[in-house]
Amino acid sequence: MPDMLLDVQGLETTFKTPDGVVHAVNGVSFGLKEGETLGVVGESGCGKTVTMHSVLRLIPAPPGKIVAGKAFFFGQDLLQMSNEEIRHVRGARISMIFQDPMTSLNPVLSIGKQLAEPLMLHLGMSKKEAENRSTELLAMVGIPNAHERLKDYPHQYSGGMRQRVMIAMALSCSPQILIADEPTTALDVTIQAQIMDLVKHLRNELGMSIIWITHDLGVVAGLAQRVMVMYGGFIIEEADVKDLYANPSHPYTIGLLGSLPRVDEKERHRLYSIEGAPPVLYNKPTACPFAPRCKWAMERCWNENPPLEPVASRHNVACWMDIKTGRPRS
Amino acid sequence: MSNNNADVILKVEELKMYFPIYRGVFQRQVGAVRAVDGVSFNVYRGETLGLVGESGCGKSTVARTILQLYKATDGNVYFENVELMKLRGEELRQMRRKMQMIFQDPYASLNPRMTVEQIVGEPLIVHSAATGKEVQERVEHLLELVGLNPAFATRYPHEFSGGQRQRIGVARALALQPSFIVCDEPISALDVSIQAQVVNLLEELQEQFNLTYLFIAHDLSMVRHISRHVAVMYLGVIVELTTRDELYLNPLHPYTQALLSAVPVPDPEVDVQHKRVILEGDVPSPANPPSGCRFRTRCPIAESICAESRPEFREVKPGHFVACHLVK
Repeated sequence: MPDMLLDVQGLETTFKTPDGVVHAVNGVSFGLKEGETLGVVGESGCGKTVTMHSVLRLIPAPPGKIVAGKAFFFGQDLLQMSNEEIRHVRGARISMIFQDPMTSLNPVLSIGKQLAEPLMLHLGMSKKEAENRSTELLAMVGIPNAHERLKDYPHQYSGGMRQRVMIAMALSCSPQILIADEPTTALDVTIQAQIMDLVKHLRNELGMSIIWITHDLGVVAGLAQRVMVMYGGFIIEEADVKDLYANPSHPYTIGLLGSLPRVDEKERHRLYSIEGAPPVLYNKPTACPFAPRCKWAMERCWNENPPLEPVASRHNVACWMDIKTGRPRS
Repeated sequence: MSNNNADVILKVEELKMYFPIYRGVFQRQVGAVRAVDGVSFNVYRGETLGLVGESGCGKSTVARTILQLYKATDGNVYFENVELMKLRGEELRQMRRKMQMIFQDPYASLNPRMTVEQIVGEPLIVHSAATGKEVQERVEHLLELVGLNPAFATRYPHEFSGGQRQRIGVARALALQPSFIVCDEPISALDVSIQAQVVNLLEELQEQFNLTYLFIAHDLSMVRHISRHVAVMYLGVIVELTTRDELYLNPLHPYTQALLSAVPVPDPEVDVQHKRVILEGDVPSPANPPSGCRFRTRCPIAESICAESRPEFREVKPGHFVACHLVK
């Protein structure tokens, strides 16, 4: 895939725990095009965060270990880089926003200091230049009195404002890729709407690619062009956003969409619920990870793990069953 | 509200809950956080009232004050026509059997050193509702009711997943056969596919036992799904209260309109056409709320009158209450 900005192939990550080795990511491959927004959807423990942390080599090792895979960024494999090389990629060319704005800022450093750090480190700016640029960045993410507020500490900012600071920090070195790990989950809906509006605006202005990790299918619908759904450390469905919502083809995606009540719901009905709970993967799965919760599961699902295969143009699904016809895929 | 009192199970009138702020060496009171500042509503038997609002708007404080877990600063609460504020000691304790609560965090609200049987059985023992062998039988029955295997009774909370723990919390709340249950964000700590399981369970139990719920949430789509009436709170006051269909089809208060438009719809086709009202800034501090209308600092249509006087909570259409000067 030559036109891909980021090309991840066969990524596998495991964690050693006292109870055994957990297979968190089991052969994940995906690509991200220039200017594209990719939504990564899944429940807690499905491997979406670990996948992205592996790509940036943020996995604590030990206990974590990237067992296999490649992640090409501008022709270079991020997973083979030296620590020094990857440090120049992280924050500068691929940056990340974390889930919890309350804990990802250092409470004893002023906002100005924290914003200036990557600028001085990656772009070699002087203190004065970094300060001016920090003011611009804070103003860009919509914080009033930007220059004054550089001196403030994180506790003097509200949750929404801290997340804006995190975004400003992530964008400070004009990265080509922004990885956002559930950045709005800890925020209220009206603040979430503010942040999403800001991200859309900045995306159009700066033309960067975004990977947006979330468990909220509503957020992805309004933001992403392409969506991949993860379950048990695998990508189980991948499609363009409209296609995914119009023709969900994996039983898990169908269940997930059906279990959401909608604010524009017309009449009341019981929610579709997926029975059981997501798996913890102590053994590398040899069967479909969703089979225990799937109402379409048949014998083959318990014996062989289905590969991710195209079912329509730009639409891939990992399932032995064709849900629409109710017949097994050949 | 002019409704016949027969089917009103809970009536709240001008409820206020201020938390004092102390400062200095002598710990003098220098102010108060007005967490709840004059809230009135009725809950009807067998229905669900949804209470929505952003974090810090006073939703949970309302619920806790109703259950007499806090001593209210002012106002009245009538439960089955009994004035709860006047009850003391044993009378209040007897009343508590009928009002139970399901908590937000299924990880923090179960004692990790107690077995499921002890957790679910504790209310029975405390209220002498059952003894000896009977406790065990009731616990088994309750576990079955919430969809857990009764054989799990001897296990500890850490052996269960989030959804299962929340089921244990539901079983505990049901133990004394209450008529009214406060559900304080019971699903927000759970995964999406598990949320639907718990909501369906709550709905089934409501039908089976004619339970009344006060359902607190910040997820507007879930509230729409489960409630019959919905109250929207902002900074300690209810700004709008009506039936769920009316609220979602015809929201009148500018805050409700903004809140509803901010909810992402899981459908890209709809989301494109969706007109979004984006509110500026953050929620002000309840220790120092704005004069007049609480919402005026973020309101897109505020006028000078909004700063001068507090809007009355009035019925603008039959069954539709709004607190806004500008709604005709």
